[in-house]
Amino acid sequence: MLRRLISALAPFGAILLLLAAWHLAVVSNPGTLIPSPFRVAAGINELFHRGLLIKYIVASLFRVTWGYALAVLIAVPAGIVLGMSSRLEASFNPMIQIARPISALAWIPIAILWFGVGDLSAIFLIFLASFFPMLVTAINAVHNIDPIYLDAGRNFGLAGRELVVRIVFPAAVPQLIAGLRITLGVSGLVVVAAEMIAVTSGLGFLIVDSRNAGDRYDLVIGGMVMIGVIGLLLDRLIRQLERLDSVKWGYSGQ
Amino acid sequence: MTGSRTKVEIRGVNKKFITDTGEVDALQQIDLDIRDGELVCLLGPSGCGKSTLLNIVGGFLPPTSGTVSIDGQVVTKPDSRRIFVFQERGVFPWLTVEGNVAFGLHSLSRAEREARIQHYVKLVGLSGFENAYPHELSGGMKQRLEVARAFAVNPDVLYLDEPFGALDSITRLVMRGELLRLWQAEKKTILFVTHDIDESVQLADRVVVMSARPGRIRRIVDIDIPHPRDFSSRRYIELRDGIFEEIGLAHRI
Repeated sequence: MLRRLISALAPFGAILLLLAAWHLAVVSNPGTLIPSPFRVAAGINELFHRGLLIKYIVASLFRVTWGYALAVLIAVPAGIVLGMSSRLEASFNPMIQIARPISALAWIPIAILWFGVGDLSAIFLIFLASFFPMLVTAINAVHNIDPIYLDAGRNFGLAGRELVVRIVFPAAVPQLIAGLRITLGVSGLVVVAAEMIAVTSGLGFLIVDSRNAGDRYDLVIGGMVMIGVIGLLLDRLIRQLERLDSVKWGYSGQ
Repeated sequence: MTGSRTKVEIRGVNKKFITDTGEVDALQQIDLDIRDGELVCLLGPSGCGKSTLLNIVGGFLPPTSGTVSIDGQVVTKPDSRRIFVFQERGVFPWLTVEGNVAFGLHSLSRAEREARIQHYVKLVGLSGFENAYPHELSGGMKQRLEVARAFAVNPDVLYLDEPFGALDSITRLVMRGELLRLWQAEKKTILFVTHDIDESVQLADRVVVMSARPGRIRRIVDIDIPHPRDFSSRRYIELRDGIFEEIGLAHRI
């Protein structure tokens, strides 16, 4: 009982320790531009009262949701099709492997050229960044399906679409969920960069704007903290999927 | 128990595999007839091609030459009238016990489907576990689930590939009894692959003894003991020892 309480509280202890070290470092370096945790908290509070905090969070989440959801909705079916057809995969794989290492950020000039400064550019960049990891995960998820399941499905007369819906997809779901988590992390990285350049709202904009508008480092770090907290919450949300009874089998080894 | 009509006809089946070191004769000139309702064991050491033969008969693997016909029709692909039971790894982990048993029953009416599920779940002793997922079941329970899923679609023929190999020896013995009970109740034709001599003599009407490299049929042994079989009867021991000798093993160590 006590042990469980300690292990439940330990992460908070670690965070407190970090905050204390941060505070001490700031206090012992008078003249530094880095604000103490208290000033950052006050900054976040100020943003909240000015109505900007919620507005910027919503703006960032809006872009992430669209870019990420579009990427997942296209990459998963495409990955399943490519994963099932070695001929299609052989045709498309070189193209995927060339496009994949190009950072989504390299696309910023082209995004602005096509979509201008605004939400569409940011959504496009998040889409690109999420698409390839999700596609590759889906292809691998299909490859990793135990062939026995496919044989058993065929034995019961399944083929084509029915085989995909009743065997391939459910057998791949545990790995797809892992892919969803990784991809969401990537899209969180990209939204910040996209907002620094392509839009005038959102947490990424907040960070770069606070620096430009008078060295408000309390708001810079406040924005960073909010990104971290939101990332954690979104990851927790997706992890809920791992608790579904129909996918638990995929995580028994962990 | 066994009808005289030929169900499965294996004619001149050869199978070669290409490997890095050249061609391997996995099966050489296999001829075998299996009668309707018969329980035949394919017995042999690992590498004798017995699983390959079962996969060819099941339509999962094409023979290099020769044909397999069932009810006079040449087998070219798997068919839902003939179900292959893998070791317990074949149950679908994303479905409940009920979902697994119902897997091949989509075309039936709801009432019929429910009735079949209930019947076969009970027959394999999984009542009360209808809503459990495979990862919550023991190995023996998963194996019974896979057998129930196969029986539920009312196939003519069952292919079992060392189905009890992964189970402990006590569960294995219980499962053999269950299989015999199901077989006698439902009169299926069963082709059963095993490397366990005792298992083959306990179950089969005929034991097809195979040898390795190239995989050939060495001898076919009629097991003329009625069920239930007494493992300590003279005839049982005689037949078992005969197979031990045929394979070239002494039956004492």
